[in-house]
Amino acid sequence: MRGNQANRLTNGGLIDRSAPLNFRFDGKTFSGFKGDTLASALVANGVKLVGRSFKYHRPRGILTAGSEEPNALVELRSGARREPNTKATTAELYEGLEAASQNRWPSLNFDVMAVNQLFAPIFVAGFYYKTFMWPAKFWESIYEPAIRRAAGLGRAAQVPDPDHYDKAWAHCDVVIAGSGPAGLAAALAAGRSGARVILCEEDFVLGGRLLADGGTIDGLPATEWVARALAELTAMPDVRIMTRTTLFGVYDGGTYGAIERVNDHLPVPPEHQVRQRLWRIVAKRCVVAAGAIERPIVFAGNDTPGVMMASAMRSYINRYAATPARRVALFTNNEDGWRTVETALGAGLQIAAVIDARAEVSPAHRSLASKNGFTVLNGSVNGVDGGKNGMRKISVSLTGGARAEVEADGLAVSGGWNPAVGLTSYHRGRPKWRDDIAAFVPDGAPPGVAAAGAANAAFGLGACLREGFEAGAAAARDAGRSGSTGLMPVADDEAFSLTPLWHVTGEGKAFVDQQHDVTASDVELAQREGFQSVEHLKRYTTLGMATDQGKTSNVAGLAIMAAVSGKSIPETGTTIYRPPYVPVAIGAFAGRHRDENFHATRLTPSHHWAAEQGAVFVDTGLWKRAQWYPRAGEKDWLESVTREVKAVRGGVGFCDVSTLGKIDVHGPDAGAFLDRVYINAFSSLAVGKARYGLMLREDGIVYDDGTTSRLAEDHYFLTTTTAKAGLVMQHLEFCRQVLFPDLDVQLTSVSDQWAQFSIAGPKTRDLLREIVDPAEDLSNEGFPFMGAREVKLRGGMKARLFRISFSGEMAFEISVPARYGEALVRNLMIAGKPFGVTPYGTEALGVMRIEKGHVAGPELNGTTTAADLGLGKMMSTKKDFIGRVMAGREALVAPNRQVVVGIKPTDKARRLRSGAHIIPKGETPGPDNDRGYVTSVCFSPVLDQWIGLGLVERGRERIGEIVRAHDPLRGEDYDVELCNSVFYDPDGGRQRG
Amino acid sequence: MRITCPFCGERELGEFTYLGDAKPQRPAADAGEDAVYDYVYLRDNIAGLMSEHWYHGGGCRAWLKVTRNTLTHEISAVEPAAGAGAAKVGA
Repeated sequence: MRGNQANRLTNGGLIDRSAPLNFRFDGKTFSGFKGDTLASALVANGVKLVGRSFKYHRPRGILTAGSEEPNALVELRSGARREPNTKATTAELYEGLEAASQNRWPSLNFDVMAVNQLFAPIFVAGFYYKTFMWPAKFWESIYEPAIRRAAGLGRAAQVPDPDHYDKAWAHCDVVIAGSGPAGLAAALAAGRSGARVILCEEDFVLGGRLLADGGTIDGLPATEWVARALAELTAMPDVRIMTRTTLFGVYDGGTYGAIERVNDHLPVPPEHQVRQRLWRIVAKRCVVAAGAIERPIVFAGNDTPGVMMASAMRSYINRYAATPARRVALFTNNEDGWRTVETALGAGLQIAAVIDARAEVSPAHRSLASKNGFTVLNGSVNGVDGGKNGMRKISVSLTGGARAEVEADGLAVSGGWNPAVGLTSYHRGRPKWRDDIAAFVPDGAPPGVAAAGAANAAFGLGACLREGFEAGAAAARDAGRSGSTGLMPVADDEAFSLTPLWHVTGEGKAFVDQQHDVTASDVELAQREGFQSVEHLKRYTTLGMATDQGKTSNVAGLAIMAAVSGKSIPETGTTIYRPPYVPVAIGAFAGRHRDENFHATRLTPSHHWAAEQGAVFVDTGLWKRAQWYPRAGEKDWLESVTREVKAVRGGVGFCDVSTLGKIDVHGPDAGAFLDRVYINAFSSLAVGKARYGLMLREDGIVYDDGTTSRLAEDHYFLTTTTAKAGLVMQHLEFCRQVLFPDLDVQLTSVSDQWAQFSIAGPKTRDLLREIVDPAEDLSNEGFPFMGAREVKLRGGMKARLFRISFSGEMAFEISVPARYGEALVRNLMIAGKPFGVTPYGTEALGVMRIEKGHVAGPELNGTTTAADLGLGKMMSTKKDFIGRVMAGREALVAPNRQVVVGIKPTDKARRLRSGAHIIPKGETPGPDNDRGYVTSVCFSPVLDQWIGLGLVERGRERIGEIVRAHDPLRGEDYDVELCNSVFYDPDGGRQRG
Repeated sequence: MRITCPFCGERELGEFTYLGDAKPQRPAADAGEDAVYDYVYLRDNIAGLMSEHWYHGGGCRAWLKVTRNTLTHEISAVEPAAGAGAAKVGA
């Protein structure tokens, strides 16, 4: 059935009747116009029931016309783009929009879970805590899933979001939140002063309340004045106007968060465009012109569809030319509410009655009533009859005790206005109470922030313009801009009078927080049960904890709490205000950093070549490293890795080790500096030599290791592990700049500047001679073990050669400028063909280091000392170094420490697993008998069995002992022998040969 | 939060890494275990102005001494560490 917009006025409003838009709500097709929100289009089509409530599944309608909406939440779009809990009141209508109501089954009209209303007496505050306490194990399996099915809001899409999000920075002098009269006046003043201005407006058009309430500014109708202001601002080169953008947070140092809904008003973002953009705006000053939020009055049935905020009713009628009801009643405690009567009359609606809680009603209003034939009742609404088809009747308790009934299909409610104090109260600010308007108002603000207009409790149009203009001018001045601000826009001020009224007692549920189904009696119960601090009240009742953060409910909740506890509202106080002011999608915070772009990816110099070879890559930190190079016919990774190891040990292979951190250490004090950061001496290292070095943290625990070479008297080349490359650089800079500023030394990170390859195996020299200039002496005498120097390659290019070995074989590491890395690899493959050269990956590298008993990450695990690793003798006693004193502490030198030892299963066919615990034979596995654990394992092609390294208590004294490897995680338990950690070539003859 | 690096100018927090209180001084080599223990482990829990070490790793790699109010996050002074190179630049 096609909706016919029966409730659309024929004239007026800021909609474009020449641009009709079709949309679907709960499967039914309706139409609206460009300029509508989903909510205004539903109003125009007479749809009153838009959702079911969170806990009781009560029928709910549309309460507001803005981002404070608690009820009209829908699932927008479908499939992967389904977006739950979207406010119909801010969702811009577009052709083909699809929306569905939430928290109902099987349909909105017939909701099975509405039976919850019958059980309502047990769903009181703290109900979950009280009811589902016992038995505890039922919580996860039974209670929680059942509650989650019954209570809740929309459903997430459950599949990855196909859209893109972006993050951006902006810098300006003055950022302004809101474009109502105060915000526009601020922008005009600041812009004319020459300030760089960013004006953020969450709506898709500028004007704020002017769009709904009109008025006359500088003699012009409000909308014309807005158009003129917009034209003037647009012409200013340094003013940027951002619509569909909510300023949601104030952060330290003048940084503001804003979310721009770039393409939420389209079904799908245009190609190459983002859906939303998260802005971080750095501004010298901020003017908060975020307006005020009209507050409800709490009475029984106040959640019935058809009950609406008085200001929202004006918005729907004036801005959207859509009438929410035919026969309207008004319940107000203030002067402002009466404007809705004037608006409704202007739209040709019937006024059923005005219920004014104030003792006095002005003669002007009385004569309006008599002229238009409606009654003015002095009293309060204390009940609403109606349900899913809307309200029918309201009951009124008159001042003096009598009762009255009023038939109406719409009730406009105005309980006064609360300045939007969110942005001004971040940084733990507390707003202060003002009795005359019965509202919290900003009391100071974060540095650089000032509130203006209704956000600062200036409710009259003239006052908004004045405050906004002055705040804009002051902000520009503070930012150092002194141009002329021109003339201030002028308008009349309306009178505002109010008699506070928060809660009318009556029969039935009276809702404070409609989104979380918190009633007045819940607040009273919480108070009786001792949850008297507002922070406790909030958490016990969940008041204000829904997606709307209690924008329409918090103050009423405080007022009711204050009344039952006999305190004043300011004594009761507010909860802490925290950003974001509106919900912000996690996708926007993530921006482009998702999937493969979650973090940066670093590729080794040989990456593209390795990919051509079909290498399998492994992520190590940000790096992608070749893990092994499978060949056709190999059945699994183990077969490939074993082949690679055998090829190296029997011939020659090479591996890209460019991921190691590389640091050039220059200066006359370079040696002295390294002496202080390594446990062993480097000042004594001869030029042309390399040495293995170990660094400790200041607390005596091993930090990092690597080989450092002396290339010249005042130049060392230091390497770090891949994992710690950045951290070691930071640590060394700290040592240099903070701890030892007297040393004349400079550090340069050259990790990305050098491609480095390990070439290993007995045929290494044969291969290198094909690459290196024949004049270079690579013999054992000419280039001995641990030698390091610059060499010339064939063709004349310079390279660095280091005779160091991680594999235990005769080996060199060769460095060339990174841009030649790939060419070097390709040349190694060509030159190495006669020798059967084999590229190997990180797995084979790991196998050979375990066979050699070299420690790596699993042993340098942040708990081990140099002695634990078998490297205690490296600790110099002749010098001070980082970690020296603390490494000598009793517990760090205790004889029963767990130390590195070799481990092999007694059954040669058995697979050893890392993580298995070492338990002495004959003892019961458990923490008391735990003597250590297996840290690293591999299948050793040389020994033809699985071997490993472990950290075992008194391990070196127990070599030869048979112990149990107990692995409860995998359900395994087997015997292993503790052995020397160097499984292969223990005297090191091969690497020196 | 934004920090004005004396070498690079005002930059946002993400470029910096926090270390901690800049007050403890590394004891001399012969100061003994107790002094080093204090240096490594004991920290004041300062409410108010605190001198802190920050590293501008996303910029010039200078270590900075930042005076920050831990109650408000307000930064009142930023100076380079003694060895960060400022003196040599000026010399």
